[in-house]
Amino acid sequence: MSKSLTKSILSGDRRSLAHLLTQVENGSPEGLAALDEIFPFTGKAHLIGVTGAPGTGKSSLVNQIALQYRRPTIGIPKRVAIVAVDPSSPFTGGAVLGDRVRMRDLAGDPGVFIRSMASRGSLGGLAQATAAMVQVFDAAGYDVIMIETVGAGQTEVDIARLAHTTLVVEAPGLGDEIQAIKAGILEIADIIVVNKADLPGVENTERALKGMLDLAHPLEKVFRHHGQAMAIPAGEPENASLWVPPILLTIAADGTDVGELIKAIEQHAQHLHQSGDWDRRARARLVSEFEALLTETLVAQFRSSIPDVRYNEVVDRLAQHTLSPWEAVKMLLG
Amino acid sequence: MGERKIRVLVAKPGLDGHDRGAKVVARALRDAGMEVIYTGLRQTPEMIAEAALQEDVDVVGLSILSGAHMALIPRVLELLKANRQEHVKIFVGGIIPDEDAPRLKELGVTGIYGPGAPTGKIINEIRASLESSK
Repeated sequence: MSKSLTKSILSGDRRSLAHLLTQVENGSPEGLAALDEIFPFTGKAHLIGVTGAPGTGKSSLVNQIALQYRRPTIGIPKRVAIVAVDPSSPFTGGAVLGDRVRMRDLAGDPGVFIRSMASRGSLGGLAQATAAMVQVFDAAGYDVIMIETVGAGQTEVDIARLAHTTLVVEAPGLGDEIQAIKAGILEIADIIVVNKADLPGVENTERALKGMLDLAHPLEKVFRHHGQAMAIPAGEPENASLWVPPILLTIAADGTDVGELIKAIEQHAQHLHQSGDWDRRARARLVSEFEALLTETLVAQFRSSIPDVRYNEVVDRLAQHTLSPWEAVKMLLG
Repeated sequence: MGERKIRVLVAKPGLDGHDRGAKVVARALRDAGMEVIYTGLRQTPEMIAEAALQEDVDVVGLSILSGAHMALIPRVLELLKANRQEHVKIFVGGIIPDEDAPRLKELGVTGIYGPGAPTGKIINEIRASLESSK
């Protein structure tokens, strides 16, 4: 079953693609088996992350970027996949996924595939299966994969680990210079977009962001993923052509200056290739995914090797505060 | 991981601009633990069928108050069939005269709800329809 499913994905069957995305999202055995099979076909697409506070116009911007990739002024149109993540309710597990509402211009184009995704309890702006779903699109031959995050706010940095190019979308009137110098979301930006540039106050927003950028660029980006720090080196110092995130003003509602944004995205991709960062980022991402998987598997393996009685005994002593968590680990492993 | 959520597409085909009902239902289904993809106003049957395919939904909910249901719904059903999506259950809400209901059911619509229909009834019938086709 899964062999033929993989085959139809690679040959471009959209129904099979949609079906596999569901299997992967649900972590079914069929989905996991297919991920193994498609892995050799991944690693070609340009992954573009789009993040920012709710209401800054992320979905509208994604819509416009996709339109431009489909109708380029020069060159051939690129095939575009969009993964749009919206929050799940922490109480019922349900979700209303509304990103498609802003993407109606893309309807009827067979070169575009939009998939909405609920965060399903995951923090950090992506769902647990987002990276795997992106792999499926990658294998299916989409040239550009845009990942739109939940839009929760300040610590949504998982996207920078996944994407090659991360756009952080701001809008006028959302905060002052203090917001701009806080750690977190702005640090991960490869390109900063001030959307809704027709609103009053856009100069202030732009100035605050410029001020923040002029202060410093860290030479090495370190992301925390599953509790582990993951360093993405910023190129060898001698040939370091450091990427300084440009600030671009757009109006996604009518597409104003989205062409300029596309140019910046392409320049960033070029920079990643020339500096070797493209491969370094890909490698760091795979290592981090691999190590997380290794940890998960080892823990599960170890857990199944310990009788429940003994395990519960240790947990009980923890709860009684007669054993510290460190001693507990020593005791179980020793 | 490992969970199977009911995925529902809620769409408003045609030209009427009244989406309060669709939003109330979307919210109720969310609170029932379903994942609702809301597509907004003025969708063509083609847009709805395409979204249903890409999102791999179990259920499509159509809200129509314009009176064009006898033109729009058969077209949506036809397109779903063309996409090999016959397993998708269709639920319709809005202003559907009683005399049109039998014909729509015959075409393959699973449930029809008018103004004032309790959301609990819709939720139960969606769950039951998916349960029985397993």
